[in-house]
Amino acid sequence: MTKRTTTAIVIGLGLVTLSACGSSDSGGAGDSKTVTLVSHDSWAVSKSVLQDFEKQSGYKVRVLKDGDAGQAVNKAILTKDNPQGDVFFGVDNTLLSRALDNGLFQSYEAKGSDQIVQQYRIDQDKHRVTPIDSGDICVNYDKAYFSKHKLAPPTSFDDLIKPAYKNLLVTENASTSSPGLGFLLGTAAKYGDDGWQDYWKKLRANGVKVVDGWEQAYNDEFSGSAGGKKAKADRPLVVSYASSPPAEVIYADPKPKTAPTGVASGTCFRQVEYAGLLNNAKNTKGGKALLDFLISVEFQDDMPLNMFVYPVRETARVPEEFVKFGPQAEHPETLAPAKIADNRDQWVKSWTSLVLK
Amino acid sequence: MDLARTEVAPRRSRKESATRIGLMALPVAFFAVFFAYPVAAIVARGLKIDGVWRFGRIGEVLAQSDIRHVLWFTTWQALASTALTLLIALPGAYVFARFDFRGKQVLRAVVTVPFVLPTVVVGTAFLALVGRGGLLDQLWGVRLDTTVWAILLAHVFFNYAVVVRTVGGLWSQLDPRQEEAARMLGASRFAAWRKVTLPALSPAVAAAALMVFLFTFTSFGVVQILGGPTFSTLEVEIYRQTSEIFDLATAAVLTIVQFVAVGAILAVHAWTVRRRETALRLVAPEVTVRRPRGAGQWALLGGVLASILVLLVLPLGVLVQRSLDVPGGYGFAYYKALTSADSGIFLVAPIAAIGNSLEYALAATAIAVVIGGLAAAALTRRTGRLVRGFDALLMLPLGVSAVTVGFGFLIALDEPPLDLRSSWILVPLAQALVGVPFVVRTMLPVLRAVDGRLREAAAVLGASPWRVWREVDLPMVRRALLIAAGFAFAVSLGEFGATVFIARPDNPTLPVAVARLLGRAGDLNYGQAMALSTILMVVCAVALLLLERIRTDRTGEF
Repeated sequence: MTKRTTTAIVIGLGLVTLSACGSSDSGGAGDSKTVTLVSHDSWAVSKSVLQDFEKQSGYKVRVLKDGDAGQAVNKAILTKDNPQGDVFFGVDNTLLSRALDNGLFQSYEAKGSDQIVQQYRIDQDKHRVTPIDSGDICVNYDKAYFSKHKLAPPTSFDDLIKPAYKNLLVTENASTSSPGLGFLLGTAAKYGDDGWQDYWKKLRANGVKVVDGWEQAYNDEFSGSAGGKKAKADRPLVVSYASSPPAEVIYADPKPKTAPTGVASGTCFRQVEYAGLLNNAKNTKGGKALLDFLISVEFQDDMPLNMFVYPVRETARVPEEFVKFGPQAEHPETLAPAKIADNRDQWVKSWTSLVLK
Repeated sequence: MDLARTEVAPRRSRKESATRIGLMALPVAFFAVFFAYPVAAIVARGLKIDGVWRFGRIGEVLAQSDIRHVLWFTTWQALASTALTLLIALPGAYVFARFDFRGKQVLRAVVTVPFVLPTVVVGTAFLALVGRGGLLDQLWGVRLDTTVWAILLAHVFFNYAVVVRTVGGLWSQLDPRQEEAARMLGASRFAAWRKVTLPALSPAVAAAALMVFLFTFTSFGVVQILGGPTFSTLEVEIYRQTSEIFDLATAAVLTIVQFVAVGAILAVHAWTVRRRETALRLVAPEVTVRRPRGAGQWALLGGVLASILVLLVLPLGVLVQRSLDVPGGYGFAYYKALTSADSGIFLVAPIAAIGNSLEYALAATAIAVVIGGLAAAALTRRTGRLVRGFDALLMLPLGVSAVTVGFGFLIALDEPPLDLRSSWILVPLAQALVGVPFVVRTMLPVLRAVDGRLREAAAVLGASPWRVWREVDLPMVRRALLIAAGFAFAVSLGEFGATVFIARPDNPTLPVAVARLLGRAGDLNYGQAMALSTILMVVCAVALLLLERIRTDRTGEF
């Protein structure tokens, strides 16, 4: 009796599990008609554009999101012998060396690579990665605050340590947040290996506030955002993206004539995101087609309003709001991926003891 | 020891242990496959370099002063949070268990709501209480954000329901006549409570304390958002080593440290509880509640309601208020925006996330109740070290970093027949890992309080163990089971880590959708995030209310 009951329960549960598995779409992996994209949380595309690709290529696209950018890259490296998919999108210049050194990608020169803005092309002899989008991490300012106080908004890193801007800036933790890290790298590029620490000492003396992540900095502390206004936030300067002011216009009802926030153009660090064909991909043919699609005109045109990034294809259309309210910086700070890889951990460590302790 | 019992004993005990092993098989298999194996795999990946175990890493990591500092802070904030939660929530547990007042059911659902909210949202809500211009700031000019007090209070906010549900569940079934008898015999009110009620309750209090400790010991978002980046717990450190620095060896050492610390706490818990669980007289909860009488009881009720209002309802209210606070007044514009899929963040209207969330939560609850119920039944009679070890094993997932488990899943469950990496079932399975301990902890104090002689009587009369369980244990434990199921449901509804990891873009769950909206600039995104958070709260509260109204056909059998 007891045995029978237990067996019944076990069998019953097994059936439940099996039927649940059966209804899942895991059966799509590994067949030649499905191509799988592995990415991070920010991946987004219009449904119609993705359907166009599926129609034209004959492949069905599965998307797996593996957490934030750092997590997604590390997971891809961990599983490189038996990858979760065929193409990985979303490794940026701060993590690129780690991915390449660990042999994450195989060579493939995507169709249309010659249409990509020259300065973003990288790894030209092996073509292991293809640039897909770029974006600037910059200080945003709250226009209303500065006009009310009859103060000119800051335009450069040097401005931020002036007494006029004391206690106005909020930034993110460089050790856990990607804009926080980008801002730190921007100062490292600007002031060099020896100068950036000195700059941060002055920034700290000038009352910079550090919070954990972008959501908190922007929505809770920044006086120019919707959340900040509701919470009566008191920091009119925040480390965010050049595409944040356009988003403030696009996601408002009714749409304002001008953006409520602006970008301090001399405080920008350029981020570039890459995609590549994973080593040991089960469907290399489909993966190559998907990579071609990621730099096709159709996808590049569609991308800005979905992921709030700039296209890398020279002929791609940039939305009007981007041009008007969040243009890309003329002279952003940049760092070679290898240099970032060599110094990143040490810099973050020094930064932590300098700014947080 | 009467003659009849000694004669049937040997045969029955064999049967019993066979039953127990049978009951344990499924939970043990579940934990082995979905917890022990993945975690072992990721720890091995970190410590085994070129096929050689590098245990020297453990010493190296522990020698770092900042790691020791993190360990110390993690432990003491968890202890302090647990103490504070018990202090504030135990009177609440009493009030919910013993008093009858209008709106009690709704309020009981409301105190569980914090559990389902993504931490990012809770951070926002809590700043309205402890931050600049918050309630405390306006009343007394006190600002607690970026202090450890903000962390502790937020932990109370999250874990209030744990105490109310675990302790209140047993308390409402304790026979008040025992305490009354002690009073008749001349004991003072306090002495009667201390000598009669407290010992009876202590297993449930210990269970609640253990749960709260484990939840706060592995706290991640609360510490980061409300404490600020200057505070760091083991969980945060493991996340950084795994996700940012990619130093798996250090992450593995920290995971082991977490294991050891949690193991020590479990051992202490087992040791204190073992002697205390005794058979109790349990009665139907309907019998024990009554209207408060006298000034003292009304004051207690008022105090508890006030504390719930300030600590729980106010932060939640802030979210509701902001979801209605549209440019130019109040209205439902943000809610209307949720029904369209025109923003590129989602391929479906955000509102569709409700259905996805419910599907996952129901599946996870079913798994947690089956696995947890079997485990609790197996653990009812405490005999032998094996069973105690099994008990501790079930609690471990609460004390191990979610990042570790997530990465472990990836490298362990990647080959047929267990290639679950992209399977739908992975999400409820991962969520059930957290739900099961709760089911066990809620049911066990009640099951162990059931008088064994009832079971023996039934067995002597010829009932099979299954029948004994159905006729004796189930009616007693029904309420605890529903409470536990409600909690497993809430845990799953609000769970974020596993869901992000697997949720397909066209199928976001509510917390994932909220996080995605908050991760983007713009008034409409922020407003929709608040509106969706409000919907998440309502869905959770309604689901719990419905669940607690389930009446099996066996009521009044006490």
